[in-house]
Amino acid sequence: MQNKKTQLLNGDEAVALAAFDAGITLGTGYPGTPSTEILEELERIGGHAQWAPNEKVALEVGIGSAVAGGRAIVTMKHVGLNVAADPLFTVAYMDLPGALVIISADDPGMASSQNEQDNRRYAVAAGIVMFEPSDAQEAYEFTMRAIEVAECWHVPVMLRMTTRVCHSKSLVKRAGVAVPPSRVPEYVRNVSGRVMIPANARPAHRKLRETLSQIAQWNERSGPTQVIAGSRSFGIVTSGIAFQHVREAAPEASVLKIGMTHPLPIEAIRSFAKTVERCLVIEEGDPYLYEAMRTAGIQVEEQPPIFRFGELNVGRVRRILDGDSSPEAKPVPGKPPALCSGCPHRTIFTALKELDCIVCGDIGCYALGALPPFDAVDVSVCMGASIGLGLGMRHTLAQHDAKRVVSVIGDSTFLHSGLTGIAEMVYNPPLTGHVVLLLDNGITAMTGMQEHPGTGRSLEHRKTGKVVVEEVIRAMGIRNVHITDATRDPAAFGELVKSSLEKPELSVIINRRVCLLAAKSIKEYEKCNEQNN
Amino acid sequence: MNKITNIVVAGLGGQGVLKASDIIAEVAFGAGLDVKKSEIHGMSQRGGSVSSDVRFGDHVFSPMVPDGEADFLVVLAADQVEVNAAVLSPTGVLIDVSQVKEDKLRNKKSINVALLGTLSQHLKFTDEEWIAAIKRNLPETLHDTNVEAFYVGKNKA
Repeated sequence: MQNKKTQLLNGDEAVALAAFDAGITLGTGYPGTPSTEILEELERIGGHAQWAPNEKVALEVGIGSAVAGGRAIVTMKHVGLNVAADPLFTVAYMDLPGALVIISADDPGMASSQNEQDNRRYAVAAGIVMFEPSDAQEAYEFTMRAIEVAECWHVPVMLRMTTRVCHSKSLVKRAGVAVPPSRVPEYVRNVSGRVMIPANARPAHRKLRETLSQIAQWNERSGPTQVIAGSRSFGIVTSGIAFQHVREAAPEASVLKIGMTHPLPIEAIRSFAKTVERCLVIEEGDPYLYEAMRTAGIQVEEQPPIFRFGELNVGRVRRILDGDSSPEAKPVPGKPPALCSGCPHRTIFTALKELDCIVCGDIGCYALGALPPFDAVDVSVCMGASIGLGLGMRHTLAQHDAKRVVSVIGDSTFLHSGLTGIAEMVYNPPLTGHVVLLLDNGITAMTGMQEHPGTGRSLEHRKTGKVVVEEVIRAMGIRNVHITDATRDPAAFGELVKSSLEKPELSVIINRRVCLLAAKSIKEYEKCNEQNN
Repeated sequence: MNKITNIVVAGLGGQGVLKASDIIAEVAFGAGLDVKKSEIHGMSQRGGSVSSDVRFGDHVFSPMVPDGEADFLVVLAADQVEVNAAVLSPTGVLIDVSQVKEDKLRNKKSINVALLGTLSQHLKFTDEEWIAAIKRNLPETLHDTNVEAFYVGKNKA
């Protein structure tokens, strides 16, 4: 039997467990596949976790907690880090007495994302220390290590996970990994280290580079680098999940596995490369390790460019090892996801199609309106983009086409980054006006039914303050705010959209109907909250 | 010799593919084996194709079953057999819905657990281990129905 201290966990659960075991003060983030389960699990096992309206706010809350001497973990998917990039680049300069651990859950292969950006690039660009776990055990250990490094050098630390680390279960042992107990947070003022005006930021940048070179030295000596001694003729440098595929595909090869991928232990890599006749890099995503090695003058072979796209797996690693870059067999297409039968979004897209609208979509279940049978979305970029996109098109198109443009955005996405779009709309209204459809299904549905500031319930579904979107939108200066339920009366909804499109005015139509999958749970939360009142 | 058992469970979002693979992983874990389980979820939960890989043995590296190396392919939806066929090894065993008499199930939603019953005939774990894992993964109100479904699948009654 397994040791009682061993558990079968996925990478997200392992991060949550480590955060809990390390006595994390606060977990915050915005839901996003494949990162969402970290905070849910942290709350489930007794930690303090909360959803922020977006990743930028989450990171700022995390910075505040670390400035106050706490241990904070901030979770997001890879594209979420783009939203949080502004504070990210400057917090790197700051002196943090507590621990700030940022989780970036990357999605190579785009299982449910709009791009496959490799966030190791952010570590370099912003000067942030980065660990890359290759399974759930390492997700646990590296979270602990991240806290240790953060508190030792007073810097933020990033953990780069990927879909197959987040969503793969493997054995996790808690024993033997621990960090010093967290201190009672207390405020110690350090203006030059925390107020990033130019006079302070200039020396802070120099200090960051000095700290990073110290951490690089530490990484050379004591970092989580693993060497598997094997064949002298052939060695592989790798990191993250690719390590697991490599060990299976090439059990005979010598392997150097890098646990801290920024700053790199470049001398350890150089020494390893010298011990083997042929050295190859196998990495998922961008040629990050390859470029760093070549820049350092290390002789290394590049994997064929076709393997930069999508996830790696054992089969693809075998092809890399065989030097086979012939076109890969296309997998048999599966059944694409679709809007659930009875989903309130269905009526909306049917109506927009009938009205021949040009639809600027957004990120959420309603992105599925782009697929058959609706084919009703014309453009979709990132969280909150629908409003700006629609305005830009309205400013540019001839009047008869401009009047067809609508922006479609969900409730959680609206509070994430749609509010500034409304500000833009009020400030720079197109001559033809504009129509925004806010599809309010009462939950963050796509990521698996998470609460948000508009639901009036916290991460753990308890009653809390509620942002009432129609009041906010009216207060921002939109006069035509309508609340509808298209499912109840599709014809009236169609008429309302049609008449709004015809007016050269700004309109926001809030379609309010709870997500079919969430309705039962929401009723239970509300009942439970009423009883507790 | 490090022999790994490779199982792929496939079907459509909402059918209980991930639940079934969780149960298999837990049975192997309970038996003291090294286990890895991988899945893709997210958009696929909206009724699209879903599959999940479970691997166990002395030491498992990659969490994903390589194409052509699955010892067992368990498919919950008839139209998903072809989509996943490439994963099965030439000597692998296909276990699909046609092998279970659905009308014998008290609740058709238990088809995932019924197929685990069929799968269990090929693996070395005891019924007790299977049933304990089924119970740990499902709410108590569903225990009887699913234990029954497990035996329907196992005996191909």
